[in-house]
Amino acid sequence: MARSDLEALELRLLLDAVYQHYGYDFRGYARTSLKRRIWRRIMEEGLETVSGLQERILHDPDVFERLLVDFSINVTSMFRDPTFFSAVRDKVVPVLKTYPFVRIWIAGCSTGEETYSLAIVLREEGLADRTRIYATDINGEVLRRSKEGVFPVERMKDYTRDYLKAGGRESFSDYYKTYGDVVRFDPTLVDNVVFAQHNLVSDSSFNEFNLIVCRNVMIYFDRALQDKVHELFYESLVRFGILALGHKETIRFTGHADDYAELDSHEKLYRRLA
Amino acid sequence: MARLAVIGASWGGMDAVARVLRQIEADNRLAIAVAQHRSPDTDGILVQFLGRHSTLSVVEADDKDVIEPGRVYVAPADYHLFVEGGTFALSTEGAVRFSRPSIDLLFESAAEAYGEELVAVVLTGANDDGCRGVLAVKEAGGLTIAQDPSTAERPEMPEGAIGSGAIDLVLPLDAIAVELNRLGAAERSRS
Repeated sequence: MARSDLEALELRLLLDAVYQHYGYDFRGYARTSLKRRIWRRIMEEGLETVSGLQERILHDPDVFERLLVDFSINVTSMFRDPTFFSAVRDKVVPVLKTYPFVRIWIAGCSTGEETYSLAIVLREEGLADRTRIYATDINGEVLRRSKEGVFPVERMKDYTRDYLKAGGRESFSDYYKTYGDVVRFDPTLVDNVVFAQHNLVSDSSFNEFNLIVCRNVMIYFDRALQDKVHELFYESLVRFGILALGHKETIRFTGHADDYAELDSHEKLYRRLA
Repeated sequence: MARLAVIGASWGGMDAVARVLRQIEADNRLAIAVAQHRSPDTDGILVQFLGRHSTLSVVEADDKDVIEPGRVYVAPADYHLFVEGGTFALSTEGAVRFSRPSIDLLFESAAEAYGEELVAVVLTGANDDGCRGVLAVKEAGGLTIAQDPSTAERPEMPEGAIGSGAIDLVLPLDAIAVELNRLGAAERSRS
């Protein structure tokens, strides 16, 4: 058996073991990225093989928790793709303003950069008080960090630039306080945010939303799993509700391609038709 | 699965890639994927620029795009581009050796998916991205090419690739285009 075939077998066994023992199903995750994260964990635990990691994971829940963090963290930044947030101001906010109360789901919120960015936009647009954001992630540890709103001070220069590019109207530094090499964002920004654990792979719809934001999360899923999650989002959107994907994601390949109209093709903003 | 060419470029790469693409024949049956280091906020500019220099259609790769012959796919700025089976996958995992897209990651994933059907090309650049990638390509039986460093705007990247001991051919840009056309023509007669 070739080395890569052996590794593929070990990966299958590991994912099965994780699923059967911990109930988390990563079998539909895109392989390259998943494999990289698994190998990073193997190295950091001082191990040598995927099978070795499997043994550790089955017998030590802490090792599994660390792998779960590896799987949930996607490196992002505040106001990533500033034009997306401009489009939210120009095209999404006017739609949201027609509702007496707005529910937003940020699916796969990871460490919270996007949640705080959106909360700032909603506050500046006068929508924060009648909006509830549900920020969910598969991983509780990541959610805890999200809730804290603590980010490295060295990123603030870039974030300020992108905040302004995204149509920001205030002084960005008014939104945070600096403590040494970190900043903490104004906790009232997330007063209307519910941070909750939710697994896109296995959990069902938990509310009806006017807007679902899921950018660069499904790129880590294979096509079949993407289809399944799109089904979940379709069910969870109100009629004419809006779905926001990452710039390089598309609904073209999914079973729901015909159920949405493009609100902004470049920004990957879609509106549920009926 | 048609043969795939992966091209990695950094400093000076825009002009170098354009010069190679300009000479690729319109009926070349290679699929081509390009990882060019650049600033994260250069949305779409590279694709437009390369599109003007190529008779093949040049697109930014979308997640899960099926890899088709005769097309040029560019790794989007601020994403890693992976090859998985016959499709592309994107990732926003952290930069690898300061680079996203990472040439190493594109090459390594493509080597696993395409094996002997892969050709990897390292062009101009001032870092050592691609070094590990070409080793994976070579190990999987693919063909590896580096731009002749003396003809590169910055020699470090092709020198690094050559230094890894995994490079089959060292060529100036125009000869790289000739080689890609030869492989693309062979692809035509195969299909």
